Amino acid sequence: MAYASSPDGAPENGASETCGRYLAETVQRSAKILVVGAFGVGKTTLIGSVSEITPLRTEEAMTTASVGVDDLAGLGDKKATTVAMDFGRITVSPRLVLYLFGMPGQRRFWDLWEGLAEGAVGALVLADTRRLEQSFEVLDQLETHTAELPFALAINQFPNSPWCSEDELADALDLPPRTPVTSCDARDRAGSVKALITLVEHALANQKVPS
Amino acid sequence: MSGTGEYRDRPVRPYVLTGGRAVPTRNTIRPDTLVIAASPGMPLPVSAGRTERALLGMCRSLLSLAEAAAYLELPVSVVMVVASDLVDSGHLLVRTPGGAPVSREVLQELLHGLRKLA
Repeated sequence: MAYASSPDGAPENGASETCGRYLAETVQRSAKILVVGAFGVGKTTLIGSVSEITPLRTEEAMTTASVGVDDLAGLGDKKATTVAMDFGRITVSPRLVLYLFGMPGQRRFWDLWEGLAEGAVGALVLADTRRLEQSFEVLDQLETHTAELPFALAINQFPNSPWCSEDELADALDLPPRTPVTSCDARDRAGSVKALITLVEHALANQKVPS
Repeated sequence: MSGTGEYRDRPVRPYVLTGGRAVPTRNTIRPDTLVIAASPGMPLPVSAGRTERALLGMCRSLLSLAEAAAYLELPVSVVMVVASDLVDSGHLLVRTPGGAPVSREVLQELLHGLRKLA
């Protein structure tokens, strides 16, 4: 599978498409985290750096019809994108597998993610400080349509990203109180796993005790 | 799937594969639902289509529906409808129904597992 959007996103464990395709028989349940963010922010790269399988892609490619609709400023040589969902998985224990679904950031595709949000652990919002305003739409969507879904903000650090403190970011994006803000290099496995941990800790802290 | 960004049309429209249906018969079917073929010997009716056969073949071992869809190069929405039919007919087993809220135990197990990876 050609991987136009994330040359650096290939997993380091070298899982091929046939070997390791299936889950261990011991796996009893799945959990899911949504990786959301604006177009070109590095969602697929992050998924690729933590996934044990080569990230998979479903649905169709975006056509040239998106030229002039999707903002390509600052994206360098990013030529192609998809309307599709990219996803990966991590078997976190013999019983439990985690799926990471990369959700398109554009408003016209949000219908895709409302169903997926059901039963999700939470959403990791990936943002780029060079184009912070593009995260407003995504955050707005999370707060209005999936209000129950815990989320954390992760800044994907690009080499020429302006530095902002976490407080400045929380202010600029008008995040709900206690929303965790972290930063990572989406190409780095350990850093990306830490961002996921931040989200899961937040989800645990926010969980309503059922009984 | 091609990664070139070219639009690639399909000779058969997705709704043809699902008999015109957009919604699965079961509301517990999600892209992250784990499925496995019931018993390998259980034959599909002669009327079963190519998509049913392909999906059942793909699910000879444990897999999520999103993965099955990606490997079969079919939209997840189509695979969810077809999988739901196969569950109804007893050919496909659901390991974990999707859409249920995550329990505290699962969150803790997840956190523990991720910390070991970091």
